[in-house]
Amino acid sequence: MSKDNTKKSNLKSTPPTNSNQMPSVEELKKLYRDMLLIRRFEEKAGQLYGMGLIGGFCHLYIGEEAVVTGVQSVQKKQDTVITAYRNHGHMLVCGISANEVMAELTGREGGCSRGKGGSMHMFSIENGFFGGHGIVGAQVSIGTGLGFAHKYKQDGGVAIAYMGDGAADQGQVAESYNMAALWNLPVLYIVENNQYSMGTSTKRHAAGEFYRRGEGFGIKGEKVDGMDIFAVREAASRALEDIRAGNGPYILEMVTYRYRGHSMSDPGKYRTKDEVEKFKTERDPIEGVKAALLREYKVTEDDLKPIDKEVKDIVAEAAQFSQDSPFPNESELWTDVLKEA
Amino acid sequence: MSIQILMPALSPTMTEGNLARWIKKEGDVVKAGQVIAEIETDKATMEVEAVDEGILGKILIAEGTNGVAVNTPIAILLEEGETEASAPAPKMSAAPEIPCIPNDAPVATSTTETTVANQPAGAVIANRDILYAQGVVIEPPPFDEAKFMGNTQPMQVREALRMGMSEEMRKDKTVFLLGEEVAEYNGAYKVSQGMLDEFGPDRVIDSPITEHAFTGLGVGAAMAGLKPIIEFMSMDFAMQAMDQIINSAAKTLYMAGGKLGCPIVFRGQNGAPGKVGAQHSQCYASWYAHVPGMKVVAPWSGADAKGLMKAAIRDPNPVMVLEHELMYGQIFETPVDDEFVIPIGRAKIEREGTDVTIVAFSIMVGKALEAAKVLAEQGISAEVINLRTIRPLDRHTIIESVKKTNRVVTTEEGWPFAGIGSEIIALINEHAFDYLDAPIVRVCAADVPTPYAFNLEKLATPQPEDIVAAVKKVCYR
Repeated sequence: MSKDNTKKSNLKSTPPTNSNQMPSVEELKKLYRDMLLIRRFEEKAGQLYGMGLIGGFCHLYIGEEAVVTGVQSVQKKQDTVITAYRNHGHMLVCGISANEVMAELTGREGGCSRGKGGSMHMFSIENGFFGGHGIVGAQVSIGTGLGFAHKYKQDGGVAIAYMGDGAADQGQVAESYNMAALWNLPVLYIVENNQYSMGTSTKRHAAGEFYRRGEGFGIKGEKVDGMDIFAVREAASRALEDIRAGNGPYILEMVTYRYRGHSMSDPGKYRTKDEVEKFKTERDPIEGVKAALLREYKVTEDDLKPIDKEVKDIVAEAAQFSQDSPFPNESELWTDVLKEA
Repeated sequence: MSIQILMPALSPTMTEGNLARWIKKEGDVVKAGQVIAEIETDKATMEVEAVDEGILGKILIAEGTNGVAVNTPIAILLEEGETEASAPAPKMSAAPEIPCIPNDAPVATSTTETTVANQPAGAVIANRDILYAQGVVIEPPPFDEAKFMGNTQPMQVREALRMGMSEEMRKDKTVFLLGEEVAEYNGAYKVSQGMLDEFGPDRVIDSPITEHAFTGLGVGAAMAGLKPIIEFMSMDFAMQAMDQIINSAAKTLYMAGGKLGCPIVFRGQNGAPGKVGAQHSQCYASWYAHVPGMKVVAPWSGADAKGLMKAAIRDPNPVMVLEHELMYGQIFETPVDDEFVIPIGRAKIEREGTDVTIVAFSIMVGKALEAAKVLAEQGISAEVINLRTIRPLDRHTIIESVKKTNRVVTTEEGWPFAGIGSEIIALINEHAFDYLDAPIVRVCAADVPTPYAFNLEKLATPQPEDIVAAVKKVCYR
């Protein structure tokens, strides 16, 4: 029922040989652009944090871009997405403007939660994005509820519930698997296994394999090279198709890597610099796509320059907007506690 | 030596039941463990097994007899060779002492007396929620309850709750009920009896025993535009789901800057149903009422149950409905009108008085009314306020009553520390301190985990006589 696809991958971001699954050059350039946007956005967020403009916790997605970008590129408009607090990338690929996301990080009126949520609490129902949750694992049960609603409304949608390898250990994740399988709910569970639950490696926090944790419930699972966007897309397409065919939930374990600390104040003593460096130089998902564009699609460096510039401009504007947008009016302290009955 | 077979209790709170059927006939040989009869209450049916061997000598209670008290001799078991005539005449044992209000016994209600109490007019107020959050004392929403009381039916509180849910489910296809045993079992307390038949398995859903995740599932479904009613068999079990209730349901609207709400109802039995020990007896009113973003209601009567349930389902926010097992079987005249919706945030004066104000909610309203009767005989006129809503608290009705009576007793089944009584004392301290003629007294659960032993439990649970004593204290009598 479960399979390990990492072994099949040559770990070099090579487009799949089956030409049916080959993205067009425009599609691939779009994927490159979306991943680059996350990367540059997060780098800028890191800078603004260092300048004291962003407070509290700030969990960056750098290194993991291929996962959400790849999945998002094969899902449908009616699908819904939910994740925990490492969510800036998910917001951006769902189509929420960089201005709104960055202004939420700086806690300004122009932020997508009007400055009242912060880095970990962002939502955009118009774009099918249901947060942005600060409690590790809670989003998995809530995501199962999104799947329940798809089935109840019969709208053909699939709920895509992301969790980190740390969250996967939570009891409510197993409870959710049980109900999703029992009631045949359309939910795609994605374990973003970046190999560290904060500072604790998977070896030290997780028994067994994440993609096999649904086996007892009869849930299919696959382990996927999450640094390879082609592998991510292929697995996500297959899983979504299976779920949409009425076969119930599916688990994809995406093996990925976070270059930065868990949050901003991370001493990084739990892993070596060499390990981080190795992933950056040998497995970088953006470099992988770029190499494929240059090699397989005959795109030139010059062709990519406008994309680099567009992304740079978007991020620069977002940074500016997030500082120009005013803090929320003090009267906002009291609003949005309850909806008027 | 003949043995009396006594009417057994199906549950710790059962005081009487119906003898539905005799399986064995007089003269039959009975072996230990054999089923001899079937008994039933409004909640369940159970087989009576013989404990001893012998011959069923005489059936004392005919099948089809209703209202047989627990411990009543229902038959005589004879030893071999013994005849019925030689056996001593059975002595009717006295009904056991029940430390709580009986569950299944219909009680006379104070409906006729309560409808005459004058109620505050109330007012339509803009930005009510904001003013409430800022601690302002505002008039409750207006509500002409009397106009609904012309068309009522006597019904159990569980039926009133069911009526409230069913009426809303007929109107709104997005409303569904999910919880443990709500569907095929017809509800652990028969609150959802018959709802599976009417609404089908897509809308009345038996969940696994998995409070944390099924609550999260409900929250997700609510965020996606459905209106879930999540039943907890006991609110004690909802502690497993506390994170989803507080962190996810109550806080998301604020964290989303108003863009994503959670219209969900949580409901279940709350408080001490009697003889179930510390892990099934807690009152959670002050826990949930502590949280901005939550609304909390606690019905006492049938009208409360129906009107607050409907309000909870229609409300676009998370609403906690705290029910009480000992109230489920009690019968009240209940409005049948489809539009009987009690505004959340409005208390009811159940009994008018001039000497002292007793503030109560849930089962304590009945106990407060009992106390008020006793006090009336002693010349003390007590006003009884049924809070109905715990959050947002109807501060106005409390404060106006204090201004009139100048003396206050608060009652609750919860513990004293940071309880609802503490909050009411703080409220009065801030807004009516100069009107007080005596320090306020709280009548709460004893500050210990609820004991099992019947005598200790009675001591730990607030009783009408405790309220009487507290009133006398604040009246210096």
